[in-house]
Amino acid sequence: MSRAAIADAHAWALPGLKAQGKGERALCSWDEDAITLAVAAARDCLRDNGRSRPTALSLASTTAPFADLLNAAIVASALDLPPSTACHDTGGSLRAGLSALAQALESTSDGDTLVIAADRRSAKPGSVQEFQFGAGAAALQVGDDAGIARYLGRESVTHLFVDHFRATGEKHDYFWEERWIRDEGVSRAVPAAVKKLLARLGKNAANVNWFGLAGAPGGSDKLVAKSLGIAPERLIPDLAAQVGDCGTAHAPLQLIHALEQAKPGELIIVAAFGQGCEVLAFERGESTHQPAMGLAKSIAARILETAYLKMASFEGEIDLDWGMRAEADVKAALTQHYRASDQINAFTGGRCTRCNTVQFPRLPNCVSCGASDSQTPFSLADEGGQIATWSADWLQFYLAPPLYVGLVQFDVGARLLMEIVEVGSAGLDVGTRLSMQFRVKARDRKRHYSRYFWKAAPVR
Amino acid sequence: MATGIKDKVAILGMGCSRFGERWDVGSEQLINEAFQEALKDAGIERTQIEAAWFGSALDSVNVGNSAIPLATALRLQGIPVTRVENMCATGTEALRGAAYAVASGAVDIALAVGVEKLKDTGYGGLPVPGKGTLNDLWMPYCSAPAGFAQLAAGYRAKYGIDRELFKRALATVSWKSHQNGTKSPKAHLRKAVEMDTILKAPMIAEPLGVFDCCGVSDGAAVAIVTTPELARALGKQDRVSIKALQLSSSSGRESGMSDWDGASVPNTRMAAAAAYREAGIDDPRKHLSQIEVHDCFSVTELVTMEDLGLSNDGEAWKDVLDGKYNADGAIPCQIDGGLKCFGHPIGATGLRMVYEHYLQLLGRAGDRQLKNPTLGLSHNLGGVPYNGVAAISIVGLM
Repeated sequence: MSRAAIADAHAWALPGLKAQGKGERALCSWDEDAITLAVAAARDCLRDNGRSRPTALSLASTTAPFADLLNAAIVASALDLPPSTACHDTGGSLRAGLSALAQALESTSDGDTLVIAADRRSAKPGSVQEFQFGAGAAALQVGDDAGIARYLGRESVTHLFVDHFRATGEKHDYFWEERWIRDEGVSRAVPAAVKKLLARLGKNAANVNWFGLAGAPGGSDKLVAKSLGIAPERLIPDLAAQVGDCGTAHAPLQLIHALEQAKPGELIIVAAFGQGCEVLAFERGESTHQPAMGLAKSIAARILETAYLKMASFEGEIDLDWGMRAEADVKAALTQHYRASDQINAFTGGRCTRCNTVQFPRLPNCVSCGASDSQTPFSLADEGGQIATWSADWLQFYLAPPLYVGLVQFDVGARLLMEIVEVGSAGLDVGTRLSMQFRVKARDRKRHYSRYFWKAAPVR
Repeated sequence: MATGIKDKVAILGMGCSRFGERWDVGSEQLINEAFQEALKDAGIERTQIEAAWFGSALDSVNVGNSAIPLATALRLQGIPVTRVENMCATGTEALRGAAYAVASGAVDIALAVGVEKLKDTGYGGLPVPGKGTLNDLWMPYCSAPAGFAQLAAGYRAKYGIDRELFKRALATVSWKSHQNGTKSPKAHLRKAVEMDTILKAPMIAEPLGVFDCCGVSDGAAVAIVTTPELARALGKQDRVSIKALQLSSSSGRESGMSDWDGASVPNTRMAAAAAYREAGIDDPRKHLSQIEVHDCFSVTELVTMEDLGLSNDGEAWKDVLDGKYNADGAIPCQIDGGLKCFGHPIGATGLRMVYEHYLQLLGRAGDRQLKNPTLGLSHNLGGVPYNGVAAISIVGLM
């Protein structure tokens, strides 16, 4: 989302915001939330990374969609992790991403832990946060042998310094003055914690190759680095110009940026401010594995948006009159949802053991040969495909019109009607290549329940 | 060995309500409007009806579930009344039930009724019904036009037709039906429309604009059927009989496997082949006097011309542009305006089509009367092209 477009929309009442109108911030469509962002990051992390599947999953977020329903379990089901996976949600502070990572790194249990931090942050229209906040997710697979990075240690400090807060059930944060947060909060807590950690590791500021700070007002990282004696060129970019502040995901994203750039042996320090701070130290390992997307490519694959009212609608800040068609009830039968959970959550269709046809959904009789109970599970989540037929539907109620819909022809032979998202200015055509994304299928606005399914997106 | 329905059932009487935005009446009155016309036409008493089939598709905005609403509306005390529903093929299904009952010898006189009250939804277009608890979890909720518009993508890709040229062919389909609608007193839309207006209309579902979509209407249609022998005994000299009644349902193959190219509707092809066989038609281009096809959207009609074997594959768009299916063309299509202009009250549509053939065959079609028609084909498509049902009925003079 273009920040200039946000500033322009508010210029009539809040001309002072013009200064904020620089660069871009990440914007989620109506069908994305902390869970879908988490799944996207986790899939990128897990794909072809050469490690065994994680045995635990930790999801950190302050904007997870459910207060009582294990958000991590939905993520795990989309990743098709087995029921033996230990899942937990964590949150409560912007530092929760690093805290979850530290806990996993210090865990003594067998097997890897998948740590995901994800946030879709909401800000009041006209607030500075509306410009500054972003959305994103970071996923890291943690094990007990050094790969991409070696964990060196952690410093955790807790002060009840209330720089901002959001009560349970509320939508927006309430912030105190930035200058006070920076001078009295960040500048006192973070340098002290970093110094303490470095001392314990037998290192000093000159040894730090990469330093990142999240959860603090813009520019805090420079001040902290200066006070510590870390050279400015060693700062990990704050991602403010392109992405915005991604909450719990921000420090892990900065860590990922450093890991994408660092040379083996380099020292990386990442810190997250929030009622004190969490500081973690890593040494870049020898592994040259890079995920298919990673941070840099994910940012580069953006679609620029300039319609402020679209953003306001996606964020639920304006309630457009979508007409009577929007009144249709989308209540899900939880019984049916449970029966079909592997199909709906993990996009697992079937492959007929008699004729080999891959199909979705997995119904009792094969779509091709009619054999009964002949199918074994076959996931389509990572299969490529292309448009066979399509249309852009302006009639159907859809929160991001038009609704692109079409038959998706998978390379493995399966075919089904799907929603198509992230259609850029190039549009669609028969033959357009597609990849699969886990998204919100429907929001039940009566019962406040989101249910999820997979959608296709043009490969960019 | 099955011998089919040909000439085993005659139409004793038919009726059709005025279609349109019938703010003045509900389903019960629409049914009665069509029924009284049919009853008078049949020349029988209400009490002579021995069984009835009732077609209504969208129960939530119509009369509700079961056959009781029909039995109550027409006070059909004690006789068997059955409700049928098969999306846009519902009206033809009602006729099929009644015709099969007569052909089997179970009853002498049977009633087929189709009705829909679409203008009680409060908005344009059709409501989007649930697709069942499993499908609702994964299937996109798309509108009917977006379902059918995908034929355009498939057809254009297969035959390499430029979008603007294809759009013009689609517009010609609608333009022709608007011309026909002006001569159809019971039609919903009775106004001719300029090509330019059609081409520039607001987009509903790429590439279909407003004028590529049929009317959303209230209406009812009725047929009373009996055996040809009884029809003669009841004094009918010119008799219209049923030559074929066929239905083809998709197993999900088109939307679940890779072999469908999106440029045709396989169910129509299968139903047509069976219907031509049942009616003994070896060359439909030669034998069919007129056709009423399911032009829910312009592209559906265009593709249907190939599916019925009336145009060569990949050439229907040329035939349309050449006027082959215009009122004065080789095979007049939608001579009453079709779904596009007569209207599309879902449950009534199949019977409305047969009603038009019936009027034409008996020389009662007024300003739009064709010269000496002998055989008429009607076609319905329920659902979407890649997952639906196709129904075909053929009627003709005995």
